[in-house]
Amino acid sequence: MSAVPRTLFDKLWDEHVIAVREDGETLLWVDRHFVHEGSHHAFRKLDERGAALAEPALTFGVADHYVPTRGRPVIADREVAGMVERLSGNARQHGFRLFGLDDPAQGIVHVVGPEQGLTLPGLLIVCGDSHTSTHGAFGAYAFGIGASEVAHVLMTQTLWQRKPKRMRITVTGQLGAHVSAKDLALHVIASIGTNGAQGHALEYAGPAISSLSMEGRLTLCNMSIEAGARCAMVAPDDTTFAWLAGRPFAPSGAGLDEAIGRWRALASDASAVFDRDIVIDGDAVAPTVTWGTSPEDALPISGRVPDPDAIVADPARRAYIADALGYMGLAAGMPLAAVAVDRIFIGSCTNARLEDLRAAASVLRGRKSLVPGLVSPGSSLVKRQAETEGLDRVFIDAGLTWADSGCSMCVGMNGDLVASGERCASTTNRNFRGRQGLGARTHLMSPAMVAAAAVTGRLTDVRTLPQLEA
Amino acid sequence: MQPFTSLTAPACPLGLANVDTDQLIPARFMKRSRADGYGGVLLHDLRFDEQGEPRAAFPLDDPRHAGARILVARRTFGTGSSREAAVYALWDYGIACVIAPSFGDIFASNAVKNGLLPAQVSDADAETLLALLAGGGHLTVDLEAMAITLAGKDGSGQPQQRFSFTIDPVRRLQLLNGWDDIDLTIRHTAEIARYRSERARSQPWTFPEAAEETRPDQAVQAMKL
Repeated sequence: MSAVPRTLFDKLWDEHVIAVREDGETLLWVDRHFVHEGSHHAFRKLDERGAALAEPALTFGVADHYVPTRGRPVIADREVAGMVERLSGNARQHGFRLFGLDDPAQGIVHVVGPEQGLTLPGLLIVCGDSHTSTHGAFGAYAFGIGASEVAHVLMTQTLWQRKPKRMRITVTGQLGAHVSAKDLALHVIASIGTNGAQGHALEYAGPAISSLSMEGRLTLCNMSIEAGARCAMVAPDDTTFAWLAGRPFAPSGAGLDEAIGRWRALASDASAVFDRDIVIDGDAVAPTVTWGTSPEDALPISGRVPDPDAIVADPARRAYIADALGYMGLAAGMPLAAVAVDRIFIGSCTNARLEDLRAAASVLRGRKSLVPGLVSPGSSLVKRQAETEGLDRVFIDAGLTWADSGCSMCVGMNGDLVASGERCASTTNRNFRGRQGLGARTHLMSPAMVAAAAVTGRLTDVRTLPQLEA
Repeated sequence: MQPFTSLTAPACPLGLANVDTDQLIPARFMKRSRADGYGGVLLHDLRFDEQGEPRAAFPLDDPRHAGARILVARRTFGTGSSREAAVYALWDYGIACVIAPSFGDIFASNAVKNGLLPAQVSDADAETLLALLAGGGHLTVDLEAMAITLAGKDGSGQPQQRFSFTIDPVRRLQLLNGWDDIDLTIRHTAEIARYRSERARSQPWTFPEAAEETRPDQAVQAMKL
C-alpha cells in the first residue's frame, strides 16, 4: 500500500487508472454508464463511426427527461414521443438494459441507479447529465459529461480526465428539526458561490453528514454541481451498506460481505491533505430559500430580498441583483416570508425520493394547498411505495396533482411547465431564468418548505406552522 | 476536430454573469437534430421576447457587433446543465471563442471537444475588455501565445492593448492540434482489455449480473422503506 496518505477521491481515482499520457491526461475505466433520451447526439456519433457499443452490460438506459407524467402510456406530443422512441431504438440496436416508459422500475436516472443497486461504492459512474454527482453519496466517483464524452464512453467504456483538486467540507454539529440536506446544500452554495468548488472533487464529512440518511446524502451530492464541483462524495459507512443490501443489482450473500470489506477502505486517510478544507456549522443552518436566478442567491427564510443599491463596491454585482429582482418580480428589502407563490412543484432528482415525499406529506396532512401544484415521484417504485403508505391521498386531498415519475417540471422538457410570470416554490435544483418554462420564477427549497408554502400561499418557515408532526 | 490556433474577428461584449447553459439554449429547443442547426436559438430567451420579437439593446443583435465570432462575458459562463447543445448553439452561430473569468467545468470540456476556445481572463481584464468593446471592435485571440489583443475596428489596425489568458495546458494542446480523443484511445486498446479482466477478477461485483426484468414486488421489497 502507498505510504502517502490519500483522500477518498485519490483512492477512487487511482483505482480507475488505465493509462497516463505524458501530458498528464489519464484514461479511466467507467463502471456504469447511464444514458437517457437526451443522449441521442452521442448515439448519432457512434453510428457515424459505424462503431459498436463497447460494454452493453455496463450501460443502462432510463427514460426520464422527456417522459410525460400524466396520461401514460400515451405520449400526446409527437416530438416528445420521438425522443422516447429513439432511446428505445438505441437500446434495441445496441442491446443494453432500458428502464423505459413501461418498466415498473422507470424513474429519474439518479433515483433509479441507487434504487436498483446499480450505484455502488467505489464505482466510476458517468451520465450525460450534470446531476450525476448525485451518485457520489455512495462513495462513488460520479460526474456528468457532455455528448462527445458520452460517445467516447459508448465506444470505449473509458474517459480521458485530468485529475481535479480535492476539497472537503466538514459540517459540524447537527441539522435542526425540519432542517434538511436541501437547506444545507443551499446554505453551502450561498456560502461558497456557484464556482466555489470549481475544478474540485468535493468530499463531505463531519457529524452532520454521518447522521444524514442516504436520501439526504443524495440530495447534498446532487446539488454540489451548483457549487461548481466536478463531483461530490460521502465516504460509505454502515448507513450505506444497510441501504444497499437486497437491491436487485447489488452483490448479495458472500459477495456482498467481500464487497463491504473493500468498501470500508474507501475513506480519506486521517492525515490526507485537501487543496481546500472548509468547515460549516451545521447547527446554524436554517430553512433556506432562493430569491434570485442562481442557486447561490439563497438566504434563510427569515431574511429579506437583497437591495442592489446597498452594494456600493461592486457595480457588476449591483447590476446582477437588480436584473435578477426584475426577472423575479421582487422588491428590494421585502421579507422573504412575504413572497406569495402561484404554484408548487415537488419532484426531481434532487428531492423526490420517499423520504422527501414523506416530509412534504407530514406538513400537508389534513391541510389544503392554497395554490395548485404537481407532485412527481422520483421513480415509479417510489410512487408505488408512497401509494402503499397513503401519501398520494395526502397530496390529492390537499388539492395537488399526483403524477407519474420523470424529470418533469424541473427541466420543462416534457411539457410540465410553469407559466410565464408565475412564481413556483420548487424542490428542484436550478432557479435559472426560464428553467421551469419561459418567464417562470423559481424559488428553490426543501420538500417540507414547499409544502409549507402550499399551505400558506407564500414562502413560509415550516417550523412556524402549528401542530407539526415531529 | 478543427484545430484552433489564432482568430481575429469582431468580438461581442456580453456583460452578463452566470450565463448558464439553460440560457445558451433553452431546453425546449433541444429536440432538434444537429443537422437543423442550433445557431438561431443561441441565447434565445435573452435575445427575443415572448412574442419572438428581438429585445432592444441585446448586444448580440446590435449592428456594432455584427458578425461576432468572439464573446466576452462575466464570471461562471456555461454553468449548469451538461448539455453539449450549448456549445453547438455557440458554434453554429459562429462563435469560436468565449472570454470570461471562469467557466462551468463541463461546458469548458464540451467546448474544447468541439474546437471552441474557453479563454479565462481575470475579472479586471474582463471588465476592461467589456468597456473597450462597448462600441464594437475586433480582437485577436492567439492560443499559441495565450494572448488577446485589441485590433483596430476594421481588423487591420495596430494592436493597442494586450491581455493574457489561461487555459488548461492539455486542452490548449488538444485545440492547437485538433485532436480527437477516440483516435488517441484506440492506441490503448490492449491496456483497456487488461484493466477490464483484472477488474472483473478482483471486484466481480462491479460487473452486475445480466439483468432479469425487475419484478415490481421484488424491487419494492428491496427498497426496505
